Formats: sequence, C-alpha cells, structure tokens
Amino acid sequence: MTADPVVEVRDLVKRYGGSAVVDRLTLSAVRGAVTAVLGPNGAGKTTTIECCEGLRAPDAGTVRVLGLDPLADAVALRPRVGVMLQDSGLPAQKRAGEVLAHVARMYRDPWPVADLTERLGLASFARTTVRRLSGGQRQRLALACALVGRPEVVFLDEPSAGMDPQSRLAVWELVRALRAQGTSVILTTHLMDEAAELADDVIVVDHGRVIAQGTPAELTTTGSDQVASLTSATALPDGATARLRAHLGEGWTVDSPDPTSLRVQGPVDPAALAAVLAFCAAEDVLVTRLDLGTRSLEDFFLDLTGRSMR
Amino acid sequence: MSAPAAAPAPHPGAAPVLDRLRAQTTFELASIFRNGEQIMVTILMPLVALVALAATDVVDLGRADGARVDLVAPGVLAMAVMAAALTSQAIATSFDRRGGVLRLLATTPLGRVGLLGGKICAVLVLQVVQAVVLGGVAIALGWRPEPGDVIVALGIGVLGTAVFTALAMLMAGTLRFEAVLALANLLLIGLTLVGGVLVPTDWLPGVGADIVRLLPSGALGEALRGAFGDGVAWRDVVALLGWAGLLTWATSRTFRWS
Repeated sequence: MTADPVVEVRDLVKRYGGSAVVDRLTLSAVRGAVTAVLGPNGAGKTTTIECCEGLRAPDAGTVRVLGLDPLADAVALRPRVGVMLQDSGLPAQKRAGEVLAHVARMYRDPWPVADLTERLGLASFARTTVRRLSGGQRQRLALACALVGRPEVVFLDEPSAGMDPQSRLAVWELVRALRAQGTSVILTTHLMDEAAELADDVIVVDHGRVIAQGTPAELTTTGSDQVASLTSATALPDGATARLRAHLGEGWTVDSPDPTSLRVQGPVDPAALAAVLAFCAAEDVLVTRLDLGTRSLEDFFLDLTGRSMR
Repeated sequence: MSAPAAAPAPHPGAAPVLDRLRAQTTFELASIFRNGEQIMVTILMPLVALVALAATDVVDLGRADGARVDLVAPGVLAMAVMAAALTSQAIATSFDRRGGVLRLLATTPLGRVGLLGGKICAVLVLQVVQAVVLGGVAIALGWRPEPGDVIVALGIGVLGTAVFTALAMLMAGTLRFEAVLALANLLLIGLTLVGGVLVPTDWLPGVGADIVRLLPSGALGEALRGAFGDGVAWRDVVALLGWAGLLTWATSRTFRWS
C-alpha cells in the first residue's frame, strides 16, 4: 500500500447475475502518478473503474477516491474527478463543439475550451454531430470532456481505443503534460506499449483480481534473468524444447511461443549462449535471428494471463 | 510537432447550481427544438387537432360553430401536456440512456439530480411555448378563457406534467429504446383518442366512462375542461395526485441509468 494513495480499493466484490466479475480486488494508485490497469477483456477493469467513478455500487469492499466514498460523497467528489467512459456517453445528436462547451459550463474554472480543442485537434470536427464522428474523433472529444473541469484525478477507460497513431501520440503527450502538473491519471488499457510508455505503475488484473503490480521495469525484469529469443528458418524438430531444457540443466526456462521460435530464460552469459547455439547446430536448426534482452511487458502479460483467446 | 505546452494545473470546482441547471435546460431545449419529430409531436400534432376539430366540422361535436373551440381547446392543451411530458421526454431520455449520456453527465458536477432538473425545466419551457402557440390559435378561433380559469388550469397543467414526466421516466429507465419509442407514441395517440383527452369521458359508453376518468389522461382532460368550464372536480385532482405519487415511487424504485 502506498502512503498517500489517490485511489484505494480494498476487497472489492461486484457480481453480475451471481458470478463475481470483480472478486476481492485490492489496489491502490499513487497520487500524481499515471497508473495503468492492464488486463484481458472481461478481466474486471471497467467494472472496477466504474465503482471508483460512482457509477456502480460495490457488492462488498471499500472504494476511496481522494479519501472519499464515490457514492456517499459524490457531490464533493464529482468536481474533482474527470471521467472518460469506454462507450463515450456523448449525446449523438449534438455537435462536438457544443458538447465540450456544455460540459465546460458545469465547472467554475474550466480548462479553456480553445486550448483543449487545439491540443486534441478537435477543431476540424467541432461542427460535426457526435453521431458522424469516427471512433478516434469520439475518443478525443470524450477525453476533452474528462479534462475540461481541471480535475485532480482522471479515469480514462481505454483512452486510445480506435485512434490512429497520430492521435494516440497527441493523447500520450497530453497525459504526460497532465502528470507534469500533478494530475493523477488512472487508465485502463490492453495496449502494452501504452502502459510501458505512459505508466509509472502497472496493475495487472485478471479474473477480477490483481495478479501483479509494479513499475514497467519491475514487471519486465525477473531478477537478474535475461531472455534469449531465437528464430529458426524452419519449424523446430519435435521435442526440441524439452531436449534444450535438459541440455541447459537447472535454473533455465525454455518454451516455444510458436513452431519456429524458442525462448530461453535464465542467467544468459557468453558460455550459456554458446551452449544454446551448439544445441541448435546439433539439432540442425538454422538460427536466422537472435535477440537478447529483458522480457517485454507483452511477454510478461501473456505469461501471466495465458496465450489462448477466451 | 511543437514543444509540448504546459497543461493548466488542476483547479477543480463546480459551477454554481443555478448555472448548471440553466446550462442543462438550454442544452435539452436545443435538442427538442432542433429535432423535427419532437416539434411535430409536441406542437404540430396538437395544432392540427385544434384547427381540425374547432374550425372545421369534419367531426360532429354536437355543438354550434362558436362553441366548438370551447370544448376542444382544453382537450388540446391536455394533449400538449402529454406530448411534452410523456412522449418527448420518454424518447429523449431513453435515447440518452442507451447512448450512455446519462452516465457521463452523472459523473460531472451536474449529477443525476441536476440532469433530471434540467429535463423538467426544459419540459416547462416547452409547455410555455405550447401554451402560447395553441392558446393563441384557440383565441384566434374564438376561445375566450377567463383569467381566473387560466390560473387554475396552470396548476392542473403542472400536476399533469408531474404525472406524465414520472411515467416517461418509468418507461425510459426500464425499457429498451425501441420499446419506449413505440409505446410513447402509441400511448399519446391511444390516450388522446379514447383516454379522455380530446373526447370527454362521458361520451364513452357505460362503465368505460368511469374507468377512463381514473386514468391519468382522463383525469387530466376532465380537470382541464373543468378548469375552463364548471370548475374542477376533486376526484380528478385526487386521481392525478395519486398517479403522481404512484409513478414517482415506481420510477425511483426501478430507474436504471445504464
């Protein structure tokens, strides 16, 4: 637990039709940091965030945002919290510019609409009705609505879903600019590069529970172990993975993410690498590519949550 | 890309409650007056009913030409109350609920109470417009309401608005959008024709008259005809109060924001 959390969730339970979507989930987010909640679809990310936003009532457990209860203290909390929903929630028949101006009128000292419009490139579609916006344009407008009240905390539910790379960069830059001013950002995503680029802390959620938490660097380095990834010109011989494991001995993990690649985790040093390549020569495997390094966040995530679709 | 400019520091704070309410009311009104279907249902349809029934003898009302408008105008005003409070609001709220708009606005300082307040104020403003247009045309057709009767009728109109807004929210907060769209229009047409709105309940056969007069539509129609005629019957006021209480209670128990 952090000393001064902006969000603190303890033993949160939320059930839909008997099954627990969120199952005794506990997490905390550091004030002034960017916290990414990462997880596969259906992991319980959105439900957890919506409990923090006061949109859903927990079945059990406690939720505190800025030390307040999102439901009981809603009136005090709403001005201080910005929300970007996954389904946008923008009125379909209104023009984009009208929607942003309207949301701005709910606040005492809003972010100047013209500045937000420029930062997020909204000017080109300010006179277009929400219904006619592309997915990425709608996301940018929803983000602007979440920020216009100059909140202390913003919850962004999959902020860059459906965005082109340029828009995504603009959003990332804006999130960094917010953090530089002390705004706390909690975002959900299943984009690994987004979490790795933006987040100070990553919380991995699956089956309604937190299964890992740490900085991107902490999550991608498993102690002093390194990873060697090899790609073969042709499919690996049957049983190559097991034989390499036996060849290397204790302290090594070997797996095969796909039929032409091998992944070796352990204390990779020149001798170990020579042993791996000697094994390949003996097995008549031509290595076309060899990467050394730490695991990517994506590797880490897939190791934790499994590689098969659900 | 230019060097990233500093973002404004957090500076949260809600606008004053009346400013938020005014903003939401204006926002809702703009939606209504920019939507052709809403104008048709809330203004044009009652207007057509008024002119067709009062100024032509397409329908035999059993009255001489001059007295036709006296019978028709209160019923048309009851129809207008239903169109604005029930049909227009049920469809608009259901549409917003489906699109997540209710959820999003509930996370801003407007909140759920402000959202409902804005909708109710927008309905009241719409009804002022309806009253001016429909009342003006009725007067042009020879209607001469007493000022005292107008004040009583305004009270009945507000009560009817409470009843039908609650019914609109009950539908919008529980049913799918497609069902709300169909039901809101069917109820308007059905109740207008046989629910004691345009056609006085005592024209209905047998026990039907008493049953229909207990409906919100029948009670509203008769109360408005009473306000501009021989006085409002208490049974109609009691019926409207009962419906307002019952429907508000049911709505508060069942309304789902998403």
